[in-house]
Amino acid sequence: MEITEFDSHTQIPGTTLFDGKMAMKGYALNKMCFSFNAAEAREEYLADPEAYHDKFKLNEEQKQACRDKNVLALIAAGGNIYYLAKFAGIYKLGVQDIGAQQTGMSVEAFKEKLMRQGD
Amino acid sequence: MAKIIGGITTSHIPAVGNAIANESFVDPYWKPFFDGYPPIREWLHDQKPDIVINIYNDHGLGFFLDQMPTFAIGAAHEYINEDEGWGIPKLDPFPGAPELSWHIIEGMVADEFDITSCQELAVDHGFTVPMQLFWPGAPHNPEMPRAIPISANTVQHPIPTLKRALNFGKALGKAIRSYPEDIKVVVLGTGGMSHQLDGERAGHINREFDEMCMEKIVTAPEELTKISRHELVRQAGTQGTEFLMWMMMRGALSEKVTPLHKNYHIPISNTGAGTMLLECID
Repeated sequence: MEITEFDSHTQIPGTTLFDGKMAMKGYALNKMCFSFNAAEAREEYLADPEAYHDKFKLNEEQKQACRDKNVLALIAAGGNIYYLAKFAGIYKLGVQDIGAQQTGMSVEAFKEKLMRQGD
Repeated sequence: MAKIIGGITTSHIPAVGNAIANESFVDPYWKPFFDGYPPIREWLHDQKPDIVINIYNDHGLGFFLDQMPTFAIGAAHEYINEDEGWGIPKLDPFPGAPELSWHIIEGMVADEFDITSCQELAVDHGFTVPMQLFWPGAPHNPEMPRAIPISANTVQHPIPTLKRALNFGKALGKAIRSYPEDIKVVVLGTGGMSHQLDGERAGHINREFDEMCMEKIVTAPEELTKISRHELVRQAGTQGTEFLMWMMMRGALSEKVTPLHKNYHIPISNTGAGTMLLECID
């Protein structure tokens, strides 16, 4: 087995494999996002995001990425997309919104790109 | 003895849950997707399976990274659907079939598959959306069978190989067929097909690869086991790894199957959406 196959910085452009390395890096961030399954947690976060970041012991990189709602920065800080989707949900951002943000496109242009792949 | 009558695949995109809640069945965006389901519902109505094995992947509701089972089997009397954080309407509990769950767990561990048994398991859209698609009104559709959820890890690498997924399905099929009651079982493989939500490559969809998979899974699933996990990510996208569920489903079926129906449509949300109905040949 080639161990290098699972280097998270793969040769697949624009792609980070969420593996053990990323799981270690992002644990606190992902744990916070997992808590957002509960409506009370989402309300608590919106009332005071900084206090909530501290409650889950986020590091400064993770806090800043949350403040900026920057998905690529959240991934770089160890975020896993399945949990980040719950963070995005707090701000009513769907998968097309975050797709547009990560690809630097407008949401309309991103949706158009998706549609074109059906042609 | 228990009999596996067939397998069904479907994507399980969260947006479908909302489209069902909003009854968007003839909306121009949704119609090509929903049109893929009536032939499968008719088959299910005729066959009336007693049990559905729903193979899906949890997306961060039932499991967190603190304890992440590679393969988990539900062994509960009922399965609760809970808030996932983004507003899909919450459904009532789904009745389980724990006596068959434990038979499967016994059989699979005897067959050297080390699985995690779950006497409580919150099921997310990966489980509920297919149930709603095949049994409209679920869980209150009187024809809806009792369910056994099986979840495989696609959240965190290392994920299982395609070969392991197919072999898991074979052991699952063997365990089901050894159950002494005369019941009919249908197996769902949900998730996929190609999609990627994260990174600069977000929005990646691969029709050619999806169509190849839909063809090979019928006649030559063993060939698909040659695809490495890395290659699966490259071709199908980071979340396209959910195709593992299809392989698990396929393994549980007879070696030869009759493809009765298929539908493929791009895009639903960010995804290439595929549906198939495969009937077992005795």
